Amino acid sequence: MKKVKIYVTLRESVLDPQGSAVMGSLHKMGYAEVEDVRIGKYLELMISDDARDVDALVNEMCQKLLTNTVIEDYRFEIEEAVSQ
Amino acid sequence: MKFAVIVFPGSNCDLDMYHAVKDELGEEAEYVWHDSTDLSGYDGILLPGGFSYGDYLRCGAIAQSSAVMDEVKKAVEAGKPVLGICNGFQILTEAGLLPGVLLRNKNLKFMCKTVGLKVENANTLFTNEYVEGQEIQIPIAHGEGNYYCDDATYEQLKQNNQIVFSYADDFNGSRNNIAGIVNERGNVLGMMPHPERAVSELIGGSDGLALFKSIVKQWREANVSHA
Repeated sequence: MKKVKIYVTLRESVLDPQGSAVMGSLHKMGYAEVEDVRIGKYLELMISDDARDVDALVNEMCQKLLTNTVIEDYRFEIEEAVSQ
Repeated sequence: MKFAVIVFPGSNCDLDMYHAVKDELGEEAEYVWHDSTDLSGYDGILLPGGFSYGDYLRCGAIAQSSAVMDEVKKAVEAGKPVLGICNGFQILTEAGLLPGVLLRNKNLKFMCKTVGLKVENANTLFTNEYVEGQEIQIPIAHGEGNYYCDDATYEQLKQNNQIVFSYADDFNGSRNNIAGIVNERGNVLGMMPHPERAVSELIGGSDGLALFKSIVKQWREANVSHA
């Protein structure tokens, strides 16, 4: 069993109004040193060992469904996991 | 003319779309479930608004992978008119049938009101009953209607006259106030405002009716011969 951790982030060029709102809130709370907040997504997939090339598979899934590459970037880590 | 109104789990403007076509236009309409694998019997495809699959992951992302979307792609290739409104627009961008993407409104709020729309291009099969530059009043209801595309895509949209509607005022952050665009061929329109909710004075306005009439007019001219 493989555990895949996928991190999805908004591209630099895309405004993140949610991140801006959170930054505004942090500033109001006194954390003036915060210069930027970007909000992304974290996904975990469990993939069976008999699966095809896991790396290729995850890339394919990210491009077809899990991310929208017009506005998002992604990276992932593959770990060995013990099946339950 | 026979329209398919595609229904996804979570669609909620399908009834309004059906009503607009059937009762106001007097054309044929049928609901088609998202797992359908045949749209060959329809002359036009309508993707209604709503919250397909609860907007999980990204709005329109999961609907985009439905079986029926392969058929919608075939209809697009065949040159049939395909109209996506609100969530339908989001699905069309996620499916890659229209460029760009719809982001959260810049003020993070769900906005529901009637807004002024400028007809930027009256020379499409969706807008031939309007006049270029005309301002119409159409309701909006969305939380993610902030149209985004990169500079190269924007230039392309402008060059090919693909920007069909723009907002009279900026309220959601859309690039250059873009409210609706067509594909390069001109047979796929995606727009955030709801023309199907503006088809009768009884419900507050009828400025949306001309959009549906445009589709039918174009189709009749192309397909009905007068002997």
